[in-house]
Amino acid sequence: MGFFDRISEGLSRSREKFKEQMNVLLDRGPDLDDEFWDGLEESLILSDVGASAASTIVENLRDQATRKALPDAYAVLDLLYDQIARTFSEGGENVFGDGAAIVLFVGINGTGKTTTVGKIAKEATDAGRRVLLGSADTFRAAAIEQLEVWAKRANVEICTRERGSDPASVCYDTIERAEQTGADLVLIDTAGRLHTSADLMRELEKVVNVVRKRANMPVYTVLVTDATTGQNGLSQAREFDRALDLDGVIVTKLDGTAKGGIALAVSHELDLPVLKIGVGEGLDDLKDFDPLDFARALVGDLDERD
Amino acid sequence: MLENLSERLQGIFSGLRGKGRLTEDDINQAMREIRMALLEADVNFKVVKTFIANTKERCLDAEVLESLTPAQNVIKIVLDELTELLGRTDSKLVLGSRIPNVIMLVGLQGSGKTTAAAKLAYRLLQENHQPLLVACDVYRPAAADQLETLGDEIGVRVYRGEGTDPVKIATEGIRDAIDSLRDVVIIDTAGRLHVDEEMMAEAENIKRAVKPDQILMVVDAMTGQDVVNVAAAFAERVDFDGVIMSKMDGDARGGGALSIKQVTGKPIKFISSGEKPDSLEEFHPDRMAKRILGMGDVVSLIESAAKIEAEEMEAEAAERMMRAQLNLNDFLDMNKQIRKMGGVSKLVAALPGGDKAMSQGQVDESALDRMEVIIHSMTLQEREKPDLLNGSRRARIAAGAGVQVSDVNQVIKKFNETKKMMKQFMPADDGRGRKGKKGKKGRRRRSIPGMGSMSMADMKKMQDLFKDLDK
Repeated sequence: MGFFDRISEGLSRSREKFKEQMNVLLDRGPDLDDEFWDGLEESLILSDVGASAASTIVENLRDQATRKALPDAYAVLDLLYDQIARTFSEGGENVFGDGAAIVLFVGINGTGKTTTVGKIAKEATDAGRRVLLGSADTFRAAAIEQLEVWAKRANVEICTRERGSDPASVCYDTIERAEQTGADLVLIDTAGRLHTSADLMRELEKVVNVVRKRANMPVYTVLVTDATTGQNGLSQAREFDRALDLDGVIVTKLDGTAKGGIALAVSHELDLPVLKIGVGEGLDDLKDFDPLDFARALVGDLDERD
Repeated sequence: MLENLSERLQGIFSGLRGKGRLTEDDINQAMREIRMALLEADVNFKVVKTFIANTKERCLDAEVLESLTPAQNVIKIVLDELTELLGRTDSKLVLGSRIPNVIMLVGLQGSGKTTAAAKLAYRLLQENHQPLLVACDVYRPAAADQLETLGDEIGVRVYRGEGTDPVKIATEGIRDAIDSLRDVVIIDTAGRLHVDEEMMAEAENIKRAVKPDQILMVVDAMTGQDVVNVAAAFAERVDFDGVIMSKMDGDARGGGALSIKQVTGKPIKFISSGEKPDSLEEFHPDRMAKRILGMGDVVSLIESAAKIEAEEMEAEAAERMMRAQLNLNDFLDMNKQIRKMGGVSKLVAALPGGDKAMSQGQVDESALDRMEVIIHSMTLQEREKPDLLNGSRRARIAAGAGVQVSDVNQVIKKFNETKKMMKQFMPADDGRGRKGKKGKKGRRRRSIPGMGSMSMADMKKMQDLFKDLDK
């Protein structure tokens, strides 16, 4: 229950909506008729998993339902949760584990990178880590000030330079400072950029290279992606992964009605674990990710069955 | 990656030519492809469903079924319908007679409201208005600082007010506008979730307090299926008048635009693409329709090329191009411009079928650099008169650039191809054909810089497409 409760807090609204739809389907009785399958496909598409993925999932399930002689819609849904959960990549490094680490947060504009850095800083500090923030978003107006406010809230030190300076040099300073103070978790916020902007992607590549060269602890790059993002999310993730060799994904803004289904494709295709999910504006609204809970929260709630 | 829709439809129909007549089944198959294209573009599922149902009717028309080019006809119908649905709106800002006019911006977090506010202010400034920006986002740390910085950069006054009551700040902002003789007030509000009751009520309160002449909702072009829920909620609570689509400089196909229009009936007023203050552009439903279908956005590409060109190129060079008398200096300039537009890959991706070429690794960014090195190894005279380049000169250049003579020959060959192509495109030399489609820029319609670095096959494809569409 523990895990489940936490995630479902933020996802409850999306779940409600989905449940309504599923209930309509389920009320139709346990028959696995065309209407059920079409409805299932529709629900999957509406959660942004993608049209082709949705039809593959449904075909696959349909096939299995026949072969395993599944009795009703509930059994199919059980199978579905299971399969969605298994589709998420689970490998990869333990980015926010106990070991010392430098983590760079990257992504397109407006996904919530700065806010996520702030929340993680708070969480890690509360857990007894020595955190240092680096503000490498020297481009956007007031991005540095925004992170400074978060630093104050989390009561951690922050490294900055004036707006317009070289982001790589901010990272360099930050790492140096981390060595002086003995910080064991360095969180670096970078400027949002569209994955189609070749120059800005090259700049980011350079920043990450500088950090990797200079650092004497493991360096991770984490993509922050917004749950409302549609099919373009995959091409974003691909580009960032190609340029930076990502280590994981954080999905933000799951407290709306968007279901973040594109995260499934991103995690699966690029073999990237989902590290955290953001379910609200509060300081502690960043939750751990559990694939099965995510799948359930996404596609209805088993416990609601009477 | 999705293959080009027109190609796929052609594939479906090509096998059927012999039958002389298409059946409803064939149309159904085509509709499935179109449905997929729309869904991949993030058009909402329900909107797609209705759209397909309506379009199918029209496609079942006898004329389409019996035509010799059903693929083109189907695409044309789909494009027409899409364009129609996206709306023929005048995307100029209509300002009322009240002074100051009040424009209020709303939207989700991270959709780009603050940036859009600054761009809007810049646009108004260009139209000889005196805008005032009001920072009503009291929640996100440093949001007001951001607006203030942006305002400073474009020279627009920003009112940020005291305290944490956005309604109060908004009303004070209007008073400030009156005091400081501003005629348009742009109110930048905090990002809010459409399901956040408290925040939505706050937006309503701001609206009630300042009675905006126009409320614009800023929507991220990358938004997925959920856009209908968001837009419907905002329409219900604050009843916005139009939409600004943001982040259009990415490669998202922006199907959300269609969903919003369908669900709320509100027009798209502007598209915002880029970080610079002047990147707020008018909305063109026809181009958006093509983009949504994944058919490339050639016209916008050409326009953006023309814009960069106009900034950069001297009149003399422009004229030379008009007469299709290129020299290698122009070639260098073109390379520079391609870079400015985001490199070869962006250019190619914007072309029909470009995605495919990209994914097959047919696009080589470094080719440009090599070309530049080679041209830089030539004397000034050689650059101006490429005809001078004889064997021994070529050998010298190759040695200077550290490449093989064959590489130098390659550059020269490409240059000559480009020159030839320019001739085809330039009405000065060749008035026939394909006008209207490619450059609505009117009198300054010129070259398409950088097209030379693409293979002839791509160009051919583009021309064919235009021909097909023009029918």
